[in-house]
Amino acid sequence: MLGRTAGGLFWMYRYLERAENTARLIETGQRIALTRARASDDEWASVVQTASAEAGFVEKHAEYSRDAVVDWMLRDRDNPASILSVYKQARDNARAVRTALSYEAWEAVNGGWMAIREALARRVGERDLPRVLGLIKQQAALVRGMTHGTMHRNDIYDFARLGTFIERADNTGRILDVKYYVLLPTAFSVGSSLDNAQWESILRALSARRGYRIVYGQDVGARNIVEHLILDGRMPRSLRFCSSKISGNLGFLAQDYGDAPPSLGQARALAERLAAQGLDGVFEDGLHEFIQGVLGDLATLSRQVEVDYRFYA
Amino acid sequence: MAKFFDEMWDKAGRPRVPYHTIGQWFDREDLARLRAKQREAEQVFRVTGITFNVYGKAEAEERLIPFDIIPRVISATEWARLSRGIEQRVRAINAFLHDIYHRQEIVRAGRLPVGMIARNVAFEPKMIGVSPPGGVYTHIVGIDLVRTGPDEFFVLEDNARTPSGVSYMLENRETMLKMFPELFSATRVQPVSDYPVNLRRSLAACAPAAAATGTPTVAVLTPGIFNSAYYEHAFLADQMGVELVEGSDLRIVEGRVAMRTTQGYQPIDVIYRRIDDEFLDPLNFNPDSMLGVPGIFDVYRAGGITIANAPGTGISDDKAIYSYMPEIVEFYTGEKPLLPNVPTWRCSEPDALAYVLDNLAELVVKEVHGSGGYGMLIGPAASKKDLAAFRAKLKARPANYIAQPTLALSTVPIFTRTGLAPRHVDLRPYVLVSPERITITPGGLTRVALKKDSLVVNSSQGGGTKDTWVLED
Repeated sequence: MLGRTAGGLFWMYRYLERAENTARLIETGQRIALTRARASDDEWASVVQTASAEAGFVEKHAEYSRDAVVDWMLRDRDNPASILSVYKQARDNARAVRTALSYEAWEAVNGGWMAIREALARRVGERDLPRVLGLIKQQAALVRGMTHGTMHRNDIYDFARLGTFIERADNTGRILDVKYYVLLPTAFSVGSSLDNAQWESILRALSARRGYRIVYGQDVGARNIVEHLILDGRMPRSLRFCSSKISGNLGFLAQDYGDAPPSLGQARALAERLAAQGLDGVFEDGLHEFIQGVLGDLATLSRQVEVDYRFYA
Repeated sequence: MAKFFDEMWDKAGRPRVPYHTIGQWFDREDLARLRAKQREAEQVFRVTGITFNVYGKAEAEERLIPFDIIPRVISATEWARLSRGIEQRVRAINAFLHDIYHRQEIVRAGRLPVGMIARNVAFEPKMIGVSPPGGVYTHIVGIDLVRTGPDEFFVLEDNARTPSGVSYMLENRETMLKMFPELFSATRVQPVSDYPVNLRRSLAACAPAAAATGTPTVAVLTPGIFNSAYYEHAFLADQMGVELVEGSDLRIVEGRVAMRTTQGYQPIDVIYRRIDDEFLDPLNFNPDSMLGVPGIFDVYRAGGITIANAPGTGISDDKAIYSYMPEIVEFYTGEKPLLPNVPTWRCSEPDALAYVLDNLAELVVKEVHGSGGYGMLIGPAASKKDLAAFRAKLKARPANYIAQPTLALSTVPIFTRTGLAPRHVDLRPYVLVSPERITITPGGLTRVALKKDSLVVNSSQGGGTKDTWVLED
């Protein structure tokens, strides 16, 4: 396989995963805004912050209002993190590697682009927002499903999965990091409110509400949430789960190609560290520092994968 | 309507023999159902991404080439005659290219003025003395044909550089098979689907002897996803089961052209390039090219890679050379051309120029190096202002133009909201050349001018396409 094709697949699936997560993030913002009595511009600010999209936003908008944030994150072409920009990147990458995709996976991503572009052609009003976000999540899920159901299990698939899980781990880490102060056992130092709605919003943004209840029942607490989202190997968006998948897919590649490049060692080290990590340790080192450490490792790993598999000349 | 030959209906309004089945089928069809089918076809093309990019638009928009659901039909007898003529012409083109880059016998024999070569920008001096692997210059050729009567076909143009459109030939057939299976049950149509297999086999047969190690490695070289014909490049690579590479994927490694894979550089034997000569190699051609591979031409000269088509083939499909094609065919095959040329006035010749200026309103004038229907004058359709402007251009640079009579192009009906309506068509059959054989896919791409009375079939200017059927005997 061409190195450029491997890179195209990797980034196509990173962008797809990102589009879906951004949709979920906006959905959560909207939910909080609707269910909390007091003004919730803080929530909208954190949506933009989580996506690292503040820089352009403040140039265009005076405040983090609902309308401004939703439009910026959904469909502003000046925002490289908007769903429109991100999905276009996914589709452009798909187009460049379409000979590697199954026909079904290609048609899903291309059909998804057509539907999403149409849905985001004009400003999305509050009434239409749930439908549009639903469409985006559904289209991303369709590509994932077609990928899973129709793609040959070889190096092509491995690069697709690597992109998916590196991006997913990164997104989970970012959401936790922006909200970490809510989850500190003692919130006094930050002086922020600690309430169920905030916790709920984190679970919601990661589609983790059902899984959480299965494990912890109605007992909502900061330690449980951190444990669930970072250390639970069964939770499909947890850092531990994703890192184990990343390490697994790099392992398949190494087996396939008969070598063991540096990225494999890095991925295994991260997966093993998270598997052995105790919850107390996470808080002792500082939750924020811990998450920053994992995000840094993921970024290093992603760059190493690009080098090891010759994505670029 | 009597002015033009209609391929479906005779003068009495009855369907001609090859169109019997289509005529009967259409009479029984419900227009509303067909309209729905037409929309369905468009949806298939969109989701599949069978699009072309329009240059110069704000956002490199991807567009569909309109597809018309009424097939264009050619009888087995008509096709047999056409394919003999095409084969003869393609053989001559290859022999001409070899000669022109070696001894230039045709010039020595006084059959072609030396100026046609020496002062022609399409002539590539770097190819002098270079012999491509297997002796093949034009691995893939598209011959544009037009029809004016029951037995009157003309070659309008030869495409010997990188002819495009073959993916539409294949996708149009696929779409028709999906939408109207009943038509194919009732008629025996010669298949086109083996084109990609033939293409790969034909390219592999041209691999350089020095490079051959087992099965030759073939790759398609594309300028990338923003190129107008990117879909076709991806389609052909996919159908052949070979890599689709860009210039940035390639470099010269130990005297071979190699592609960067996830496991290091791997050599390529045959490259089907869909970029122009000029952009092929910044070291040997345009130094600003970002699309090509530095040094690929040196490897080529040393016999380390096959480039399809060979650099410099443009000299054979140049419009000024076109006017000499009857002589060229005769010179290299020793036979009279089976397919006639359209009569052509070379404006570089004073008598011809005088005639063209006197009869401008009846003629079609083309730029010698133009393509895609741009820079062209269609006399009968032109305004006084256009005519005056062209007259001035002709006088200023006569050698830049040729002129031809305005042909009464045949029509084939298209499906419109109100039923069938005749529109002008041309035909581009695709020809594969390997050292052993010439393979012509039965049919080709029918392009149709969707605008009433228009004679311009180019997709860039409102043309569409049709499935083209060659019937079995």
